[in-house]
Amino acid sequence: MEREPLLQVVDLHKYFPLSRGLGDLLARRPRRAVHAVDGVSFTMQRGDILALVGESGSGKTTVGMNVLGLQLPTRGRVLLEGCDVSEWARGHGHSLEADSYLAGLSPRRRVMALRERAQMVFQDPYESLNPRQRIFDIVAEPLEIHKLTRSKEEKAERVRAALETCGLAPAEHFWERYPAELSGGQRQRVVIAGALVLEPRLLVADEPVSMLDVSIRADILNLLHALRRERGITILYTTHDLATAGFFTDRMAVMYLGRIVELGPTAEVLSRPRHPYTRALLSVVPAPNPRRRRKRLILEGEIPNPIDIPSGCRFHPRCPEAVADCRAIDPPLRAAAEGHEVACLLASHGG
Amino acid sequence: MALLDVRDLSIDYLADDGTPLHAVENVSFRLEQARSLGIVGESGCGKTTVMMALLRLLPEEGRIVGGQVLLDGRDLLQLSEAEMRHVRWRSMSMVFQGAMNALNPVRTVESQIAEALLLHSVVDSPRAARQRAGELLAMVGIPPQRGRQYPHQYSGGMRQRAVIAMALACNPRVLIADEPTTALDVMIQAQILELLTRLQADLNLSLIVVTHDLGMVAEVCDDVLVMYGGMVAEVGSSDAIFNDPHHPYTQRLLEAFPDIERPGSTLASIPGNPPRLDDLPPGCRFEPRCHCPWREAVCARQRPPLVEIAPGHSLACHFARRLA
Amino acid sequence: MQALTQFLHNPMGIIGTLMLLVVVAMAVFAPWLAPYDPQAQIQVSPDQILTPPDAQHLLGRDDAGKDVLSQLIYGARVSLIVGFTASFMSMVIGTTVGLVAGYFGGRIGNLLMRLVDFLMVIPDLPLMLVVIAVMGRGLLNIILVIGLLGWTYTARLVRSQVLSIRERQFVLRARAIGASSARIILRHVLPQVLPLIIAQAVLDISVAILAESSLAFLGLGDPTLVSWGMMLNFAFERALSRQAWWFLLPPGFAIVWVSLSLVLIGNTLDQIVNPRLRTHHLFDPRRMVALRPERE
Repeated sequence: MEREPLLQVVDLHKYFPLSRGLGDLLARRPRRAVHAVDGVSFTMQRGDILALVGESGSGKTTVGMNVLGLQLPTRGRVLLEGCDVSEWARGHGHSLEADSYLAGLSPRRRVMALRERAQMVFQDPYESLNPRQRIFDIVAEPLEIHKLTRSKEEKAERVRAALETCGLAPAEHFWERYPAELSGGQRQRVVIAGALVLEPRLLVADEPVSMLDVSIRADILNLLHALRRERGITILYTTHDLATAGFFTDRMAVMYLGRIVELGPTAEVLSRPRHPYTRALLSVVPAPNPRRRRKRLILEGEIPNPIDIPSGCRFHPRCPEAVADCRAIDPPLRAAAEGHEVACLLASHGG
Repeated sequence: MALLDVRDLSIDYLADDGTPLHAVENVSFRLEQARSLGIVGESGCGKTTVMMALLRLLPEEGRIVGGQVLLDGRDLLQLSEAEMRHVRWRSMSMVFQGAMNALNPVRTVESQIAEALLLHSVVDSPRAARQRAGELLAMVGIPPQRGRQYPHQYSGGMRQRAVIAMALACNPRVLIADEPTTALDVMIQAQILELLTRLQADLNLSLIVVTHDLGMVAEVCDDVLVMYGGMVAEVGSSDAIFNDPHHPYTQRLLEAFPDIERPGSTLASIPGNPPRLDDLPPGCRFEPRCHCPWREAVCARQRPPLVEIAPGHSLACHFARRLA
Repeated sequence: MQALTQFLHNPMGIIGTLMLLVVVAMAVFAPWLAPYDPQAQIQVSPDQILTPPDAQHLLGRDDAGKDVLSQLIYGARVSLIVGFTASFMSMVIGTTVGLVAGYFGGRIGNLLMRLVDFLMVIPDLPLMLVVIAVMGRGLLNIILVIGLLGWTYTARLVRSQVLSIRERQFVLRARAIGASSARIILRHVLPQVLPLIIAQAVLDISVAILAESSLAFLGLGDPTLVSWGMMLNFAFERALSRQAWWFLLPPGFAIVWVSLSLVLIGNTLDQIVNPRLRTHHLFDPRRMVALRPERE
């Protein structure tokens, strides 16, 4: 019996148009755009943890924003529990009418329902909390907005529960404080508590530990892992750090210039990478052991500008294994093994 | 004799009300000619403070209250400001944290490097300065013609290379790189590290890399110094620190670092927070978070001395000999 | 707050505050401080007009025989009332326009900013003159005219701040948890802009006082009230030829004094709240101290 997947991203494209100068207008040049996300598709079942790995310009953060409806796609769709997120974020649309629960709600209430189902954990714990709000108010604000509690005691209880689940116990010790009085790790816990208090089903964690000290990262990642284990929360984890992705995720998608180039079970992708970019990335992740200094495939140059995407396979200019066809043909994401997809001409040819 | 010999360096910061905060206490290490030292520690451990003190660039709230910094036998802390200015950049230079974002946006990259050259009288004419700037850019992997561009036309990795070129303008003996790869993509990080390694070999440079990234240190550095809460926890060769760590903090730090070749293994973390400078424990600064089974009262009462347990391998722990 | 302590450590701020307190005291305690009532009708003989300072009239008498010092003291009231009220009005209008234009952008934002541009381009004083001439002289009209034309700078300032604040991650988080735009603007954006608005408002008070003084000087002030500008008006018309400096200098000096006090306070506040004005210690050689270590 196939359950409907929690999240379906179908051919997602997100372009950010650039303004045109007078010269461009006169020369009738077409408007250029930043192709932040250029055709991304994947699904997530309930309770999945998927890592979206990529360097800057890969589009991973943009994917997260579109999944939550904080940005609207240029093309393609995101379906959360069967409803189109871009319609949901605006409050009206066919997919919402088709849902028995949402159909009867006002547009504003529908948007609120979306926020209750899917939440975000942000990258910068020093920037994602309002410096003038106390911790209590930060965590309680979602409850106030959604009018989820009926008394002050109930609100305090829920705030306490969220803070203590995230390891900030006793809650009283923390909730009178301002963010500046907490460490980076503690602040990040507050962010997670603020997201949890709405009891979401999907959590998009956008590089949640890259700004934290190494010795604190494990705690936060363990916390996310526990949330899946104990509450069945589905987690989309974006990062540029392959090592942390390897630590607690089920599946991994490697992104390059707005596309997924490899997607498969995490252990598989890490041990048997099939895309040249994945292989290069893995080889340069430093191993914390000088005896294991191995051959590193350091790619030349930098990631191209997402405004000028190379022809054919977008990775071909930097690919150490590129052949003539790679310049002309843009390989789609295709299965190379059970559950393991790659977007590479060479990999599909029995690579 | 070591090229750079730092002995018992201690630095205080004055709080707003004037009380001295002991930010760094008794830090000692040696840097040999043409070797690289990695200084590892988490945020707030004082590693940048120590580097700024070496170049005597602390802010006015900072005071060096003890120790010696011997460069080729000469104590830099005893020099006058004029003499120190002669040392800065010529003998020892630094790539500051976030320097790639601090390039002057309204001047060409070439002119900024040339300025350093002219200021330190390395060359005598603007034309010679431009020429040399071009050479320096080529040395760091930037085509010299691009010297005439502005910083905003460079990518992040290129700006970092330009800043490294600037630091090498006067042929220093020692180059300090403070978090040289933070905010750069993994692939660019690898490129920059490769560049630093190559420069070290080609120029016979002594390199100090300050970072929180253990992987970088394992990849690039010959020796490692682990700092915690303003003090040295452990110092030794890279091999010794990574494969035979003795200090409890070093051990936990290594356990917290994810190893891509062993995915799925448990990642440790260290409960608690680094000590606050206005609330320092009287004894070992790591004691409140130490998991060592034979912790004793002395740990909380007395500062552990830095004890050498093997040639070139020292640690600051009351049980150093027992752990060895 | 540490902003307050910073302020109290700044000599400019302290001097400005003291200067302003003098004027405020003058205005509040005028009935007790002023030796005579400027509104009272008096009978004077020709030899009692424009007399220089003496024991009974410390600043002499004006062209109607009234005591200059008393007028000066009472004049503080008009200046402060107009200054604070008009500035408050500008602050409210400017902040609202700036918040809406900055947060929503798009067509509304563009429209509002074009309105701002339009008002900024028209020279202030001639416009005020025309409006007062049409609306009639009176304290309320003066306050309205100054307040309704003086909000443009604040609007621009607030808008540019809001443009950068709205990109900050805690604003994005507020959106993610479902906050409405109104809530975001009031609870998350406004508190961040408030310090700058206040610093600007203090400077605006100074501008408003100067505007009122100019209007009064040109003869458009409220005829029923004593104001420094009006004193200058009469002094220029009637006392200049007689070289009655005691009537001419004090109101001008008072205007400068109060404006200066507000500028000092406003600049100090601006220095404290404006993050761009803080510099890294390596840029200022005086703050970069390469000391020899002190031996214990």
